[in-house]
Amino acid sequence: MPAAEMHLKTLMLAALAGDKAAYHGLLGAIGEQLRRYFRRRLPQSDANVEDLVQETLIAIHSKRGTYDTALPFTPWLYAIARYKLLDHLRRSRLRRTVSLDDAGDLFGGDENEAMTARLDLEKLLAALPPSSQEIIRKVKLDGLSTAEMAAKTGKSEIAIRVGLHRGLKALSEQVQEGRDRADQ
Amino acid sequence: MQTSDLIAELASEDSRTSRRGAAMHLLGPLVAGGAVSFVAMWMWLGIRPDLVHAIGTPSYWIKFAYTLVLAALCFWLVERLGRPGAQTARARRMLAIPLAVIIVLAIAQLATAPATIRMHLTMGASANVCPWRIVALSLPILIAAELGLRRLAPTRLIGAGAAAGLLAGAAGAWIYAFHCDESAAPFVALWYTLGIAAVGALGGASGKWLLRW
Repeated sequence: MPAAEMHLKTLMLAALAGDKAAYHGLLGAIGEQLRRYFRRRLPQSDANVEDLVQETLIAIHSKRGTYDTALPFTPWLYAIARYKLLDHLRRSRLRRTVSLDDAGDLFGGDENEAMTARLDLEKLLAALPPSSQEIIRKVKLDGLSTAEMAAKTGKSEIAIRVGLHRGLKALSEQVQEGRDRADQ
Repeated sequence: MQTSDLIAELASEDSRTSRRGAAMHLLGPLVAGGAVSFVAMWMWLGIRPDLVHAIGTPSYWIKFAYTLVLAALCFWLVERLGRPGAQTARARRMLAIPLAVIIVLAIAQLATAPATIRMHLTMGASANVCPWRIVALSLPILIAAELGLRRLAPTRLIGAGAAAGLLAGAAGAWIYAFHCDESAAPFVALWYTLGIAAVGALGGASGKWLLRW
């Protein structure tokens, strides 16, 4: 068994037993590995690398119960990283093809009714990960608090706050892209 | 937000997990979906009137065991597919066992039967409705299985969806067998299996969208 695997697995088992220091050390070590993993595969876009690292750390945190302690830790970790990477690539492809040519209309037209605006927003939301979509809908459109949302979805409040932060950031990037496109 | 801040916040939460969590995430919704399906079978089709008599015959138990063993093996496969990086080859190979057994039984029955009733052993009286009813009764279980699977972490969505579909199909067929009075092994091997496979296909097709997390 490689030393890295043994080290990470020891930390993971301690973390699952409630050792917070071990968990902190584990997430830090995983963060380093993930950054290298994503950087090697997404060389041209550094901002996305850090986003993906954070998203994957949250996934690891919220899905830690799916780790079978009888199995090695590294394959579990990289299966999640790979899933997040493919999901990211699929979404960025979706963003380019379904694209947000209509995003400019959201601000271009002055006669937009609430309904049309909501439909445009739905279009923008569709390019976000489903978890972020739901968070933005519930928290920003329906007015739930992050604590209520956490209780409702069974996720931790930090996951909700990070999801909201990341979702809004992605939304504003898309709108900006739409504007740039409209300006050209 | 800085990654180091995120790590500090995540690490401040309780990192303990319950040991039997993963299987329970699946089992809870499945029991609920199965109950819905069973009530639907009862209200819509009714339990076969000769059930008391039928449980004394081996053919009843062949149908019962085929669908239940298949469902149990699929449950195991789905649970593996819900865990990132877990091996699934052994669970997938095991699925061939109940399938092989029912096919061997079907062929043996056909081979030993007089030529004049072979057609009846295969088509029974309900071949045209059997697979459709199995699909219909499996739908609540399929939805339940996919909802449960989403709470785990499937990384191969189409495969995981197909496995959830086979699980739902086998469980739906098991429930349908409380109504269905067909007893020939060739009928079960062909039409039950076809219904189960159709739900598997539905699961695979929907998994790509429904199972994203």
